[in-house]
Amino acid sequence: MSGGPARVVACPDGPLLVRGDVEVVDPDGRPVERHRRTVALCRCGATGIPPWCDGSHKVVGYRTPRPETPPAP
Amino acid sequence: MTMPLPAPRGPASAALLDLLTTAPADADVTGLDRAVGDALVATEDVLRDEDLQLTLLCLYELHYGGLTGVDDAWEWSPALLGVRARIEAVHEAALRDRVPVPEVPDDAGAGDVAETLFALAAEDTGPGLSTFVARRATLEQVRELLAHRSLYHLKEADPHTWAIPRLQGRPKAALVEVQSDEYGGGDPERMHSALFARTMRALGLDDRPGAYLDHVPALTLASLNSMSLFGLHRRLRGAVAGHLAAFEMTSSVPNRLYGNGFRRLGFDEDATLYFDEHVEADAVHEQIAGRDLAGALAAQEPEVRDDVLFGAAACLALDTWVAQAQVGAWSAGRSSLLHPLPDLVPAALALPDGRAVPDGTAVPAGAPVRVGAPVPA
Ligand code: FES
Repeated sequence: MSGGPARVVACPDGPLLVRGDVEVVDPDGRPVERHRRTVALCRCGATGIPPWCDGSHKVVGYRTPRPETPPAP
Repeated sequence: MTMPLPAPRGPASAALLDLLTTAPADADVTGLDRAVGDALVATEDVLRDEDLQLTLLCLYELHYGGLTGVDDAWEWSPALLGVRARIEAVHEAALRDRVPVPEVPDDAGAGDVAETLFALAAEDTGPGLSTFVARRATLEQVRELLAHRSLYHLKEADPHTWAIPRLQGRPKAALVEVQSDEYGGGDPERMHSALFARTMRALGLDDRPGAYLDHVPALTLASLNSMSLFGLHRRLRGAVAGHLAAFEMTSSVPNRLYGNGFRRLGFDEDATLYFDEHVEADAVHEQIAGRDLAGALAAQEPEVRDDVLFGAAACLALDTWVAQAQVGAWSAGRSSLLHPLPDLVPAALALPDGRAVPDGTAVPAGAPVRVGAPVPA
């Protein structure tokens, strides 16, 4: 990464995409092994591989509210 | 590693394979040109034409790992490129003719295009290949599945990589981000092509490039050839971006089912790591490829926006056609390949306690099977 702060993208109807230096830990504070630089955290609750997204949000029809502000160019 | 020369499937591929074993400097391509011209006139369906698809695949292979014993100079032979262009024109026209492409409003932004692509991929339920594999496929059928897929997955990601220098800004960064993960993020053993080779070995299959090319029918070749077509032409940079997005969007969920199928057949992580990796990786990639690559490219270069949608729709259509052929053959009790695969070498099959499966004995359905060493060449 560029050395800037970590960035989280809230993907519409999908996961939180995390880029940058963030430690992901389980409820007891133990680090969760991370296999790639950019990861997707499940926010629909339906994943079979928590905390990561496995695409199940599409199967369960997860919908996030549409933003009211116009999307960035 | 180079790919061995395949067996010809008709006059065009025979002429090409003959020519490739000669030196480019003193070769005469008129025979090949005529054979290809005749085949293009005669063919009823270029996408299912064994002779033409094999010819195209070999012409493209000159740009990848190459063909065994073939002079590297053939890659940029103007005459061969001319022959390739004739097949490509008919191949591309067939795709454009048959693949319905969704429309988006002229002022569609990156997010709108991404949503259109996600919706398109969601509509595409296909013939249930991954469900078939999860629930019903036999050991023989999953070996066939790997043989079909080996043509692309042993060079996984390569066709889309051609597009990198043709992009700028956000789409370029997105493609590099996805491809870097496909290539193992710096670890050669985690390269997706290497994980696929490991799955092949776990099933007693030969993981060298093209080992099963002679078994694989035209439509599967057409699916790889379409990726090479999109990847090798700057004109089609929209299509290659859309193709990758659709590919990633239809990957996580099916790969979970494929992994389940291999586990049902008794295989362990050695065989399933490839599928498990794709469940996690492609849930990341589909977001990047959908929004930052395909969506952002469509917004950045509106003139290729329709091709972004075309590339995605072509990916989904080809996947569906290939899957229909496989599920159709298996449901009818036939092989999905041109010739069935050679049997597993009995010594390569062992029961979990280490005893070899007795020669000629079918493994009882549902019994755990461990397939050990690769089949000796
Ligand atoms: S957000 Fe993707 S599985 Fe939950």
